Parts: sequence; structure tokens; C-alpha cells
Amino acid sequence: MDVVADFFRTLNATTGWNFSIFHDAFDARRFWSAFWVTVQLAGISVLFSVIIGIAGAFVQSMRFAPLRWLINGYIAFFRNTPPLVQMYFFFFALGAITPTARDDIGMDVPIVSSFVWALVALSFFAGAFNVEIFRSGIEAIPRATVEAAESLGYSKLKAYIFIILPLAFRICLPSLNNNLVNLIKTTTLAYAIGVPEMLYVANQIWSDTLNVVEMMNVLLILYIGLVSLLVWMMHRWEKAMRMPGYGA
Amino acid sequence: MTAPLIRIRDLTKSFGITPVLRGVSFDVNKGEAIGIIGPSGSGKSTILRCINALVPFDSGSIHVGEVDVGAPNLDRIALRRRVGMVFQQYNLFPHRTALQNVMMAPVQVLKQNKAEVEVRARALMRKVRLEGKEGAFPGELSGGQQQRVAIARSLCMQPEVMLFDEVTAALDPETVKEVLVTIRELAEEGMTCLIVTHEMAFARDVADHVYFTDSGIIVEHGDPKTLFSAPTHERTKAFLERVL
Amino acid sequence: MKRGVLDNRTFPVLLPLAEHLTRRSDNERRYGLPLVRLPGRWIVACAALLVLWAGVAEAQALTAGRESAIDAILKWMPLISRGFALNIAISFIAMGAGTILGMMLGLAQISLMPPVRVGSWALTQFFRNAPWLVLLFYCILVLPFRVTVFGMTFDVPNWLRATVGLTLPVMANVSEIVRGAVQSIPRGQWEAAESLGYSRGQTLREIILPQCVKRMLPPWMNLYAILIMSTPLASIVGVEEAMALTRGALNAERRGDLLIPMYGALLFAFFLYCYPIARVTQALERRHQVTT
Repeated sequence: MDVVADFFRTLNATTGWNFSIFHDAFDARRFWSAFWVTVQLAGISVLFSVIIGIAGAFVQSMRFAPLRWLINGYIAFFRNTPPLVQMYFFFFALGAITPTARDDIGMDVPIVSSFVWALVALSFFAGAFNVEIFRSGIEAIPRATVEAAESLGYSKLKAYIFIILPLAFRICLPSLNNNLVNLIKTTTLAYAIGVPEMLYVANQIWSDTLNVVEMMNVLLILYIGLVSLLVWMMHRWEKAMRMPGYGA
Repeated sequence: MTAPLIRIRDLTKSFGITPVLRGVSFDVNKGEAIGIIGPSGSGKSTILRCINALVPFDSGSIHVGEVDVGAPNLDRIALRRRVGMVFQQYNLFPHRTALQNVMMAPVQVLKQNKAEVEVRARALMRKVRLEGKEGAFPGELSGGQQQRVAIARSLCMQPEVMLFDEVTAALDPETVKEVLVTIRELAEEGMTCLIVTHEMAFARDVADHVYFTDSGIIVEHGDPKTLFSAPTHERTKAFLERVL
Repeated sequence: MKRGVLDNRTFPVLLPLAEHLTRRSDNERRYGLPLVRLPGRWIVACAALLVLWAGVAEAQALTAGRESAIDAILKWMPLISRGFALNIAISFIAMGAGTILGMMLGLAQISLMPPVRVGSWALTQFFRNAPWLVLLFYCILVLPFRVTVFGMTFDVPNWLRATVGLTLPVMANVSEIVRGAVQSIPRGQWEAAESLGYSRGQTLREIILPQCVKRMLPPWMNLYAILIMSTPLASIVGVEEAMALTRGALNAERRGDLLIPMYGALLFAFFLYCYPIARVTQALERRHQVTT
């Protein structure tokens, strides 16, 4: 690690390019913890959005109409409003009515942190798309396949878990992939409600250290890296789950 | 005897490591109608594509008149002016009307006078029996009608030779005939034609000379009556037995 | 590029709903952007909710003896409308510039010269996958505050730098739209044009691009709807557009009961603006589906 730090210290001394996050312990600590926050934000909201998607698609396939309307309303709202507005809505509107607690220095702090609100907003945002993506996969499965499962004694839930979902999943992977890339890009909006994620902390660092251009480039490269990593993993997964003889 | 219009010598071509043509030689004289038959993948279409420089070939030579198709400084416009081609999938330009399709290339590529081209194009539309369909878009025409527009489109370039690449393979059986009639009329008028086809009866009827290709070589050729009634090669016999 | 995992080869039977949803997510994947769909029912429901909430705020205000909520909203309306005009101006400029640059980048992506092709591909992917907000910050902070051209010095206002920041992702998305549309034209069209003596440039200009326009229009309009909905991002980097002005108005009023009606009214303004665009996009898409 010292070699890297030395390299960037020399770079700073000789060229003025100040990548403080590589040679300044304080900047490094806060930046990489912010990087970790972004990764958590992305990872956990990916997970929850997929769960919301699966659950929502299941509810939509039920006969009980009011529940279906509820899901449709949810989808319509999150599809068609700017994610920034959603973020504000959760943080300011819902954040205002959730309870607060006294901390040890006597300040009122909300029980639900801005990180959690960002997580909720992002999960619901991506989840709305996932519901429809999974739905399209489930609907694509021919009735005959479901009937075959039922004739083999599967219950509706079991058929859903063991037959329909695995098939539907393979069909929707490419769309899911696309939506999750979008989700990672959207995590930057957590900046707006003060979540100490990468963009937010980078902003603090360049305000203190005055190395805007360097931090900007680091940011861009890290985000592109994260997106590429996800795309690469999803492609491998797509390949591994390919059904020989079907589709492209 | 005058020099042949098309002279092909030892033509070879492979796609990647798959050889498609393995030494093909033949001549086409002016006014001749040539039929090329053979199983799928035998390289029939590739010969036409090489003649028209749509795909480069590996070795050998092709001359169309005095144009050397293999030359690195090939004048493509000069070549394509002499050689018209009609495709299996018609490939009409769907954003233009039938008449515009026929007129486009002479006006835009050959920079000919638009009014003169229009007179010619309208005559060609009559010739392919599509009078009244000038304003129709390709999407509004049947397959057979589209294919006849495609023939008129090629003819409007006033080529010396026409290449027909399985032009009836994508058509409904009932519209095949109208296209074949058009081609037959062309051949009878003395247009030089190279016809790649699966319609054996048509090849026998129209062609002056038939080539049978298999696995990238010309296995057998001759005048259609003899070739179809008394093939000499085993492969030709087997093929004809399958398709007739 | 993988296409249509779900064409009829995949499964012999596709139910109508599945077809509809599949087409939508297929399109979304192709555009790389969510589709903006604004059903009329949804607009009406929103308006009703907004009126209801404004009514509640109104009642609260009157009983508490404060200025009426409706009056407060009307008071701020002219200022916020001017902000909204800036949103529209930013979106027009970013879309115009992004389209021109994106067309060039997209055509470079189908160039026959490998370095041009690879370079433009990389550029496209870079700006398509970078978060819009980061690009906004980049342009706000890295672009010069004033530029000197031919000895004349111009200030580059904040909003203009933000516009550049939005132009970059628009450019990358247009580039993909162009590439996708050109590649969706069957090879036979190129061959037919070539056999008629057309050069590559002529083929593109006369044969391919005219056919692409119809295919590019829906995703291009969808991109515009996404763009206008993204212009509030500029408020984060300090541009005084409608969102920032609304927040400013709320801070000046210091009234919690106005929060929802005012943000709601702003959201509704965006809806009203996007609604015709979304409808036309959908209609065009449907027509395209029928003709092909």
C-alpha cells in the first residue's frame, strides 16, 4: 500500500495532480467508507427490488382485484415520477412523520436514517420496474407448463416457486440486467438527502482538498467500474442459465 | 464468335475456413440464358454475388465485358451499370413508392435526367404488368408484384446482364408464375440472364444452358434437354431424382 | 447485441398481455432507459389527489387563520413558472445538441474503420453508463466559468454548464438509438443498394437513414421525456429551475402544510408537459408495430 501512496504523493508533488484519497489517510478513510456505502446501497436495494418484483408479480397474478389495483397504482407512480422526487418524498414527507429518538447528547435524531430512506426509495423505484419485468416472464410461460406442474401434484405456490419462477427468471434476465444498471446509476440521487455515499463524500473531499478534477475522474471511473462489474456478472449468469434450444 | 460477355476462371471463395467455391469456370455469351441448379449451400448464389462484387472472392478471375471484377481499383459503378441483380427477398426500399424504387438509382447514382428516367420507368412498369401500381408502396404489394418491381428496378439501370438469385423461393406458389413469365419474356427478348433457381421445370424451359453445382464445383453442364433427361454424373442423377 | 429473447422461437404461445409487457421491457432494454408511460386515468387520479390535498391544506390554513394555501400557491406561481421555462429551455438545448452529437457518434459506431468504431463505441458506453448526476457535477465544476472566443469574453452561466452535463448522456443515448436503428435495417437493403451502384454514403443517406427515422422517433421522444423529468437534477447543483424555486418558496413560507400541495403541483406540471409526448410516442410505436 505504501508504494501506491508514495506514487500518488510524488505525482502530487511533481504534477500537482492531487489524488488525496490514495495518500492522505483521512481522505482515504472517508472516501472508501463512502464507496462501501454506495456498494451497500446498490447491493441491498438490488436485493430488495428483486424481492418486491417477485412478490408484486405474484400478487398481480392473484384474483383479488383490490390488491392488483394497489400494485398497479404503485407501478404507475414509481414509473412515471422522477426518482429525485421519490427520494424527496420518502425523506421529507414520510421522514417528517416517523418518530425520533433522543441521542446521548440530547439531540432529536430520526430513528430512520437518510440511508434507510434512500434504500427504501431506491428499492421501490427499481421494484416497480421489476414487477413488470417478472410479470412479463411469468405470463410468457404457457398454460400447458403450469397445467403439467399441477397434474404432477404441485400446489399453486409450489408450482410458482419450483417451475414458473425459474423459467420466468431466465426469460427476464436481460431486462432485469438493464434495470439494475439503472438502479446503480440512480444511487447517486441519495446525495440529495445527504446520505454519505460516494458522490456526497467526494464533494466534501474536493471542497476541503480542492482537487475537483481528480475526484471527478475517480468518481466516474468507479461508477463505470461498478456498472461494468454488474453487467459482466449478469452476463455470466445469463450464459450459465441459458436453456439450450430456446431463444438467442 | 465474339468474346463472351462474362468470363469466369478458377473462381474460389471461402467463408472463414468453409470453402464455398472450389474452382468454378464458365463463360456466358451475350443473349444467353443460363440456369444454375444444385442443392442448397452448393455455392450457386455465391457465384452471382461474386460477379456483382457484393462479396470479394479469394482467387481466380471474373470479367464482365472488359471490366475486371477482381481488380483492386474496380469501378463499381461501371460494373453495376452493366450487371443487374434481383434478390430472393426482393429488397425493395420500403420508404419509396414502386415507381420511385425503379427511378432512384438511375437518377441518384447515374445522375441521369429525371424526366427521361421517368419515361423509361413507366414503360418498365408496364412491361412487368404493373401499370397502375406506380404509386403503391412495397408494403402494399404482394410478393410477386414486389419481385416484378425489383426486376423493373434493375432493368432501369439498362444492364447488359441480369442475375436472378432464387427470385421465386420466397413467393407464394400462385405468384411464382407471374414472375417466371416476366423473366421468360426478358430472356426471349435476348437479355443475357443468369438464373439461380429451384424451379427445375422453369430452368428446363427457359435456359439455353444449365449448370449443375455441388459442393463448390460445377459437376455437369449441358443443354437442358439432355441434362435433365440423361444426366451422366451420379450426383446429378441423385439430385434430380430428389427434386423432380 | 442480443435481441428479442422472447420471440416466438422461445415459446410457442405468447399470451397477449405477455406480448405487451415483453415488448415494453424489450424496448426498455434496447433504449437502455425506462419508458415513460402516462395513462390518462393516472393523470386524473393525480389531479384529484392534488385537489384533495390542497383542500385539506386550505381548511387547515383557514381554521388556523393563516393565508389560504391556494393563495400562497398562486402567489408563487409566476416565479415557479419562470423556473419551469428554464427547465424547458435546458431540455431543448440539451436535446438539440445531444441529438446532433449523438447522430455523429452513432454513425461513427457503424464506421468501417475499426479505430473509429471502437472509439465511438467506448465513448457511447461511457456516457451511457455514467450516472447523470455525476456528469452534471462534472460539467458544473470542471467546465470554465468564462470562455474567451476571438478576444471576447463570455460568462458561462451555471444553467448552461448544467445543460452541457445533460447533453452528454443524451448524446450517448441518441448514439445507441441511431446504431440500433441502422442495424435493425435488413442486410438485403444494403445489398440491393450496392447492386444498384450506390456508394456507402449514398446508401446511408438515401436508403438506410430515411427508413430509420420512423424507428428512431419513439425512443428519441421517450429520451426527451426522461430528459425533461431529469432537469430537476440541476437544482442539486444550484441551478435556479422550477424545483429549486419551489424549495426556495417553501423555505420562505415556512409552512409544512404547503409541502405536499406545492411539490404536487410541480409534479403535475411535469406530467401535463410529458403527457402528450408519451401518448404520441405510444401511438407511433403501435403504428410501427403494425407496419412491420
